[in-house]
Amino acid sequence: MSQTLGVLARFENPAELIDAAKKVREAGYEKFDCHSPFPIHGMDDAMGLKRSPLGYIVGGMTLTGASIGMGLQYWIAAVEYPLVISGKPFFSWQAFIIVTFALFVLFGAFGAVLGMFHLNRLPRLHHPVFYSDNFARATDDAFFVSIEVEDKNFDEKKTQAFLTSIGGKDVELVAGE
Amino acid sequence: MSILKKHPERDSGAVEAVGGEELLVTGGHTFSTLTEKVSGIVEKKTPAQWYLLFAAAVSGMMLLLGAIGWLVWEGTGIWGLNNPVGWGWAIVNFVFWVGIGHAGTLISAILFLLRQQWRTAINRFAEAMTIFAVISALVFPGIHVGRIWLAYYMFPVPNQMLIWPNFRSPLLWDIFAVGTYFTVSTLFWYVGLIPDLATLRDRATKVRKKVLGFFAMGWRGGNRQWQHYEKAYLMLAGLATPLVLSVHSVVATDFATSLVPGWHTTIFPPYFVAGAVFSGFGMVMTLAIIARKIYGLEDIITVNHLEKMNKIILVTGSMVGYAYLTEFFIAWYSGNQFEVFAFINRAFGPYAWAYWIMFLCNVITPQIFWFKKLRRSIPVMFVASIFVNIGMWFERFVITVTSLSRDFLPSSWDYYSPTIWDILTFVGSFGLFFTFFLLFLRFLPMVALAEVKGVMPEADPHHYHTKDKKSGGAK
Repeated sequence: MSQTLGVLARFENPAELIDAAKKVREAGYEKFDCHSPFPIHGMDDAMGLKRSPLGYIVGGMTLTGASIGMGLQYWIAAVEYPLVISGKPFFSWQAFIIVTFALFVLFGAFGAVLGMFHLNRLPRLHHPVFYSDNFARATDDAFFVSIEVEDKNFDEKKTQAFLTSIGGKDVELVAGE
Repeated sequence: MSILKKHPERDSGAVEAVGGEELLVTGGHTFSTLTEKVSGIVEKKTPAQWYLLFAAAVSGMMLLLGAIGWLVWEGTGIWGLNNPVGWGWAIVNFVFWVGIGHAGTLISAILFLLRQQWRTAINRFAEAMTIFAVISALVFPGIHVGRIWLAYYMFPVPNQMLIWPNFRSPLLWDIFAVGTYFTVSTLFWYVGLIPDLATLRDRATKVRKKVLGFFAMGWRGGNRQWQHYEKAYLMLAGLATPLVLSVHSVVATDFATSLVPGWHTTIFPPYFVAGAVFSGFGMVMTLAIIARKIYGLEDIITVNHLEKMNKIILVTGSMVGYAYLTEFFIAWYSGNQFEVFAFINRAFGPYAWAYWIMFLCNVITPQIFWFKKLRRSIPVMFVASIFVNIGMWFERFVITVTSLSRDFLPSSWDYYSPTIWDILTFVGSFGLFFTFFLLFLRFLPMVALAEVKGVMPEADPHHYHTKDKKSGGAK
């Protein structure tokens, strides 16, 4: 059973893709995306995307990591296994900064990577755009706009005609199961 | 942006700064020829040289496994350690390999934050070098305990003795610092690989497509993905930058917090970091020069790129030389006769030969890069990079062994020499490193395609607003 999942149009270069993104947005589409082999400067504004919230995720994770780091060392050195070493206090926090910092970075890095996967909904091995035979070029040298069928303005014919009118090439209907 | 209209230099291959900006990729490449070039390396027939190098590398790795096997069977007595010198080649090799890793992180993180776009040509394999160098490094603390099945004592895990590690010890800091460094470097490298794995996926068929597709995680290059991706990349760079500076500083504290004359100095952390970057760039140069030759990447890793790396070698080499001189000055200025002795003994004592090899390789060699002609000559820079590798190994040897062999009590002084097992383990660690590195060259894109495309003039939307549209490459 094949059903329509969206529309895909190819553009010649990054400048055309940015123009297209602006026009698609002005036409009232919301569930669209612009695919390119590399990130294009200025595209976030053209598409009207909000700032990525990843920084908050990373910030939370770094603080968690640092707390675990200092907490672990406090618990070991002052509670569970107190030993006098070089006459220093049990909770000699100055010496614990290094490991605290290491865990700050470690947790932050996992936050950045896993947070990015979460925000991007990855891994996702199955997506409508992969039904297109042209789309393989999106990771090589081609620039695409995709509009999903769930968009409230979506209409098989009108959306295709619209993408052609703003300069899209190889406009195609993406259909699959 | 007027420079973008015409590229006479692009076709001739000779690129110098044009109108204030320079072209990072030469040879008239478009996005698709670039994809073809870099993907082709892993898709086409593997060159015969690869098999030769791989056979040599695997043989080296077998030596390492054999040497470790004998070590586990017999104990650390097979090494040349003696009474005052309880830290021999194991720590020398550990510091040597960790240091090499630092160049990769400097290129991938620090140069990224500084917006040095030329880094894109070399960052992928420099990061790979980092990971494999850290693996080679981690072998040594793992095996130097002798009874390697007890290595878990180093970690804060509940155990049958109800004891816990001492977190005031720099050796424990090391485990956390290097462990974090390895993990973060691997994450950074993998995130960078995702778009390029997607490129390979989209060119592949059948099983290969499925495997690559799995690791590419379903990347589709949509800007809604790039947005978070770029943020993640920035965050990782921001986290990796202080991390890389801290890692070798912590390694330095292994020495500096002890009371051994010649080790107990506050200059160690910055001096070690400069040395680490210096040694790492030496290794990046060696690898880059060989790889660009074998795989014909002269258009992507241009002489301009190599020249920039030589400038970093010159700067960091001079910093290392400055640190050597500062150590002498401070030893004299401190008025401490034991400190003075330690340094005079370094330069003129029984290990003077090692000291002067170190000094010539690390301080004198990079000075040739003051001359533009030498900075841009490939044979010259290749030989210089080998010298840097040798010199930086000797630096760690000089620091470790000269101080220990002349420790507090003259009656216990002794001369340290390695045994055949020390040598085989060290040679074998190169085998381990090159085995991983060659597998990387064979199976993964060695140039960060998406990033290199992103710094080409054709990637800039403003490029197309100039009237002369013919100069653009993307079709």
